Amino acid sequence: MTSPTTTAPARAGRPAVATATRTTGPSTSGRRRLAPWGFLAPAIVLFVLFLALPIAYAVYLSFRTEKVSGLGLGAGARTEVWAGLSNYASALGDPEFLASVGRVALYGLIVVPTMLGLALVFALLLDARRSRATTFSRTAIFLPYAVPAVISSLLWGFLYLPGVSPFYDVFDALGWDVPSLFEGDLVMFAVANIAVWGGTGFNMIVIYTALKAIPSELYEAAELDGASQVAVATRIKVPIVLPSIIMTSVFSMIATLQVFAEPTTLRPLSNAISTTWTPLMKVYRDAFTRGDLYSAAATSVIIAVATFVLSFGFLRLVQSRAFGQEK
Amino acid sequence: MTMLSSPSAGPVPGGSAAVPDGEGSVSRGRSGRRSAGERPSAVATGILLLGALYCLLPVVWVVVASTKSGSELFSTFTFAPSTHLLDNVADLDAYRDGLFWRWMANTALYAGVGALLSTLVSAMAGYGLAKYTFAGKNTVFNLLLAGVLVPAIVLAIPQYLLLAELELTNTYWSVLLPSIVSPYGIYLARIYAGASVPDEIVEAARTDGAGESRTFFQVAVPMMVPGLVTVFLFQFVAIWNNFMLPYIMLGDDRLFPITVGLSGLLNQGASQPALYTLVITGALLSIIPLVALFLTLQRFWRVDLAAGAVKS
Repeated sequence: MTSPTTTAPARAGRPAVATATRTTGPSTSGRRRLAPWGFLAPAIVLFVLFLALPIAYAVYLSFRTEKVSGLGLGAGARTEVWAGLSNYASALGDPEFLASVGRVALYGLIVVPTMLGLALVFALLLDARRSRATTFSRTAIFLPYAVPAVISSLLWGFLYLPGVSPFYDVFDALGWDVPSLFEGDLVMFAVANIAVWGGTGFNMIVIYTALKAIPSELYEAAELDGASQVAVATRIKVPIVLPSIIMTSVFSMIATLQVFAEPTTLRPLSNAISTTWTPLMKVYRDAFTRGDLYSAAATSVIIAVATFVLSFGFLRLVQSRAFGQEK
Repeated sequence: MTMLSSPSAGPVPGGSAAVPDGEGSVSRGRSGRRSAGERPSAVATGILLLGALYCLLPVVWVVVASTKSGSELFSTFTFAPSTHLLDNVADLDAYRDGLFWRWMANTALYAGVGALLSTLVSAMAGYGLAKYTFAGKNTVFNLLLAGVLVPAIVLAIPQYLLLAELELTNTYWSVLLPSIVSPYGIYLARIYAGASVPDEIVEAARTDGAGESRTFFQVAVPMMVPGLVTVFLFQFVAIWNNFMLPYIMLGDDRLFPITVGLSGLLNQGASQPALYTLVITGALLSIIPLVALFLTLQRFWRVDLAAGAVKS
C-alpha cells in the first residue's frame, strides 16, 4: 500500500499562489492572507470543472432540443433550439420513466429497512457483552464492502442460476418447484439481496463505532438495577445512536435511487430486466443508445431534485420527531 | 455508480464528528471488559454467525467455482471443489493476450493514482479550511460539501460531453480527473487537520521562518497521516468500485477497469457459455487485492456518525 504522504515532500513548494505571493507581497500577513486560497485552489478548480460546470451544463441541456427541418439531411438540417419545459413534460409523462420510478421506490422500501435493520442488530450484538466470535463475525460481515457491486452482482447472479444454485438442489431433493429468481417480479428481490449483502457491513460499522463511543457508565447503572441486555440495547443504546442510524438511512436512500451497476450487470442473465429498469438505466439508454441528450438531461435533473427533496424531507421529518425535545 | 463516500456534515443536530483517536477504535474491541464470568449467549452468537455465513457464502462459492471446468460448473454440486483452478487461470491469462491483467493494472492505476491525488487535494483544502480564517471560508466549505449530495448521474452526461469537447473521452484522463475531487475527503481532512495539528506548532514553524507550504508539507502532513490514510482508503475503494463513470467514458476495452471489463465479459458469455469460467476466475482474482487491503488495514476503518457513508 502506498501511503499518500510518501510523495508529499517531493511536491513541496507546489502551491503556486503561496510561492507567487512571496515575490509580490513581502509582508508575511499578505502572504498568510493568500495562503488558504493557495491550499484551496486545486480543490476549487476541480470542483468547478467536474461538478459545478457539469451541473450547469446539464440544466442548460434540459431546456434545449434539436429541431429537424426538412428530411433531417445535410449539415444545416438539425439545429439546437430552446425547448422550454417540454423535455420535462415528456419525461414526467413517459410511462417507461414512471414505471422505473415505481420499481425503484419498491426496491428502496425493501432494501433500506432490511439493510439498516440487519446492520443495527449486528452492531448491537457485536457490542453486547455476552456475544462471542465477534471479531470473526465483524470481519466477515464487513467483507462484502470490499467487493465491487459489479462483482457481487456477478457472484449472486451465478448463485441464482438453476444449474449452479445450491438452493435448487435443496428444493429438488424436497421435490418442490422452485420459482426462478430471474423471472417476473422476483427479480426485484434478486437485485435487492445483492444491495443488502453489499451494504449491511458498512452500515453496521458506522453504527457500531457510534455504539462504542457511548460511555459505559450510562448503562452500567441500568444493568446493576437488573435491566436485561435487550432493554439496555433498545432503551439506552438505540436512542443514543439514532443520529447515526438517520444518517445511514439518508445515504442508503440516495444510493438506492441511483441503482445502476447491479441490474446492468445482471441483465445478460435475466429477461426480466429491461434497459429502462431503473431511472438511471433509462437516462443511460436515452443519452448513449438513443443519442437524445436533451431528454436524458431533463430526466437526470428530475432525479437530482427528487434526491434532494427526499433526503432533506426525510431529515426534517425525523429531526422534528427525534430531536423535538431539544428545542 | 458506487459513489461510495457520500456522507455529509451532519444536517443532524447533535451529530458528533469523526475524530482521529490515534488508533482504530473499531478494532480495539471491548474484549478487555468482556469479563470471563459472563455467561455467553448462544442466541446472540448464533445470529452473528448466521450473518457471517450469509456474507461469506458468495465468497466461498467463487473460490470453489473457480476450480471447476466449464461443464462441471453446471453439473456438480455447488460447493464441491474440483481441480481446474490452474487451467482456468491459464485460460484467463491467454484470453486476448492477457487483457484481464491489463484490466487489473488499469484498476490499480485509476484507484491508486486517483486516490493519491484526491488525498493530496483534500489534505491541502482541509488544512486551508481548518488552520486559516479568511473571508468567504464558510461559503467555500458549504459549497464544497453540497457536492456530496449531487447524484453521479447528473454529472455523468455533461462530464462526458465536456471531456468529449476536449477530446479526452476514451482516455485514462476521462476516468482519473473526475475522480480526484472528493467533497467527503475534504470534509474529513478538515476535521483531521483541526484535531491533530495544534495551532502552536504551526506558529512555531512560521516563527522559525518556514513558508506556508513548507509548514504544511513538513509539519502538518506528518501529523495528519492516520486521518489521511482513511481518506485515501475511502477514495481508493470508491474508485475501485466505480462502474458508471468508466462505463460511460471508455470505449476501448484496453482502457477498461476490472468492473467494466468483467461486466462486458459476462455479457458476451450469454452467447458463449465457455466464457463463464473466465468470468468466475476473473471475479475471484479481482477481489483478492481489495480483500487483502481490507484485512490488513482494518484499523483504519473508523467511521463515526458524521463519517457515515454508504456503498451503493
